Amino acid sequence: MPSARPLRVIVAKAGLDGHDRGAKVIARALRDAGMEVIYTGLFQAPEQIVQTAIQEDADGVGLSILSGAHMTLFPDVLEQLKAQGAEDIVFFGGGTIPSDDAAELKRLGVREIFTPGAPLSQIIEFVQRECGKRRELVG
Amino acid sequence: MGSTPQGVESGKTLVEGNKETVALAKMIDRASGLGAQPSPEFEEQRTRWERRWASRAARRHEPGSGATDRTISDLPLKPVYGPEDVAHLDLARDLGFPGEFPYTRGIHSGMYRDRLWTMRQFSGFGNAKQTNERYHFLLSQGQTGLSVAFDMPTLMGYDSDARQARGEVGRCGVAIDSMRDMQVLFDGIDLAQITTSMTINGPAAIALAEYVATAESKGIPRAKLGGTLQADILKEYIAQKEWIFPPRPHVRIIVDMMKFCTAEMPRWNTISISGYHIREAGSTAVQELAFTLADGFAYVEAAMKAGMDVDTFAPRLSFFFNSHIDFFEEICKFRAARRIYARRMRDKYGAKNPQSWTLRFHTQTAGCSATAQQPENNIVRVAYEAMAGVLGGTQSLHTNSMDEVLALPTEKNVEIALRTQQVLAYETNVTNVIDPLGGSYFVEALTDEMEKQADDYFKRIEEYGGVIEAIEAGFFQHEIADASYSYQRSLESKDRIIVGVNAFEKEEERQEIDLLKIGEEIERGQARAVQEVRGSRDSAKVETALAVLKRACADETRNVMPPLIDSVNALATEGEIVEAMVGVFGRYRETAIF
Repeated sequence: MPSARPLRVIVAKAGLDGHDRGAKVIARALRDAGMEVIYTGLFQAPEQIVQTAIQEDADGVGLSILSGAHMTLFPDVLEQLKAQGAEDIVFFGGGTIPSDDAAELKRLGVREIFTPGAPLSQIIEFVQRECGKRRELVG
Repeated sequence: MGSTPQGVESGKTLVEGNKETVALAKMIDRASGLGAQPSPEFEEQRTRWERRWASRAARRHEPGSGATDRTISDLPLKPVYGPEDVAHLDLARDLGFPGEFPYTRGIHSGMYRDRLWTMRQFSGFGNAKQTNERYHFLLSQGQTGLSVAFDMPTLMGYDSDARQARGEVGRCGVAIDSMRDMQVLFDGIDLAQITTSMTINGPAAIALAEYVATAESKGIPRAKLGGTLQADILKEYIAQKEWIFPPRPHVRIIVDMMKFCTAEMPRWNTISISGYHIREAGSTAVQELAFTLADGFAYVEAAMKAGMDVDTFAPRLSFFFNSHIDFFEEICKFRAARRIYARRMRDKYGAKNPQSWTLRFHTQTAGCSATAQQPENNIVRVAYEAMAGVLGGTQSLHTNSMDEVLALPTEKNVEIALRTQQVLAYETNVTNVIDPLGGSYFVEALTDEMEKQADDYFKRIEEYGGVIEAIEAGFFQHEIADASYSYQRSLESKDRIIVGVNAFEKEEERQEIDLLKIGEEIERGQARAVQEVRGSRDSAKVETALAVLKRACADETRNVMPPLIDSVNALATEGEIVEAMVGVFGRYRETAIF
């Protein structure tokens, strides 16, 4: 039985990257689709992002990176999720990420990478489906 | 009429007068105005067209036709424009001639007949040595000015070995930790001949100090250096988010730089007030226009408040705009910007020197209009956007490379982007007639409409008490977030079409272009290099220089530039200098809103 409580998602910005247009658009779109959304604001360290996700009992974490630091910061967040026993949280992301890097990140455990031009509907559908599954498992 | 600053207001006064005055004024307006007296035959033609338009059967129904009556920024569009749309405009007051107030038609009397725009490709990646090689390549290919892109740690004031710099070194631009890197960056380039633009804001004063110190170490006096610093901190809080200190001390540092350059660097443009990033953050064209000019006027007011005469610094202020894909809207934005600026500088701030009235600007094609899908299509987008910049009268231009939506550009793609400008300049002949769209009913009407809407924004900003107060209230940030979300929704609904993204997609698209990759060895090497600098210098000298700098920061009557130059000459690193200044000014924190 899916719980009546809406899905809760963290939209995060990490490192020194100030490009927040995409993150804000995604945050609004997920909120308008009925989810509870927490936007971390800029310049978060990976451990801060994971702590926020655990404290807020989030179903998913979406990380946005457009500065080219994705091959460092995505693995850092993955590592923190593992270290804090929170691997059930659906970790996905987006930004200016070349396709071979995206493939590598997915191999490492990032659930999905959305690049510029991805339709909002596709992102919403992914988050609802995957976070919904997580909610069913975790309750 | 030529001296009336606000055409709209004078029109209003006339309507309120008695009937005879109104009739007389209309005759005068017609005589000096843009809209000719329509003949009965013309009126008949208009009636026939209106009837056909209202009863027409053919309507487009394909994707994208939902937004044919609006610009990309949601300004309403008529299907056709006529003399009635410009009847209120006055030729002398609103248009004038190129090089004449209010400069709607261009800031120089000869424009591109006399001198083409500067082709200035923004470039920087990896370490100083790699970027220096790219500069030598660009100069050998006919580029006429340099433009430095710094990496994120440099832009945010961290050294390459700082914890915060992890994964970011050399990725978005070149890593510069100390004056030693700056010396390598410009190795073999004659700084007395070339002009350099440096896109840096938070630590702009430090970059300027490093540039001056580098030149002087090669025997070139600071007075001979030509170039531009971006140094526009207000738009960082509004859009780009690369700040260090809170707004008030940051603006004070900018005023210090303006004073320093006015006194010692006559060829240096202190500040480049930038709309580019406001637009990239998702604003409309009108928001870009209004917020950028509001920022510019805020710097003018800050400098005047600090006791500077407007005509001593205004001639060296410059602007930087985005050229987006809505062709005519962009051209009108550039024309409106010149007119608003000229009117305010002369009539509100009392500038007497005509050079203080002229808005000079750099243009870059819109990164946010480029698509990761079918990236070769970006070459076409860039060409149209570049042409809009030129028809709008830009002084310099950066054309984006087709792969910049995926990574930093490869040399091949930068070359195509530069060739795009050269074809525009030498083959299309659009340079031969100045402001060729001037007098177009549509272009004049839209230029005027954008000026009016910008005026409305100025009033709203004033209601907050000024730009800094509006930033603190989150006004700009909200306006931009609303605009970008509504634009994104128009793509979702396919009211607007982006080729290859929400129409004409290719199935199973694979990236087939080569991308530039910045290896991790750059970060390790740069971290080692900055540690070597710290190990090799006279640390007592560094400590003394930083102590003097801190005292200057704490005392508003002193200028931070001389102690900054002493600090970089002592080989203090950027991170150390920023830490010293943060000790006095504090660090800015933004409230996260979406």
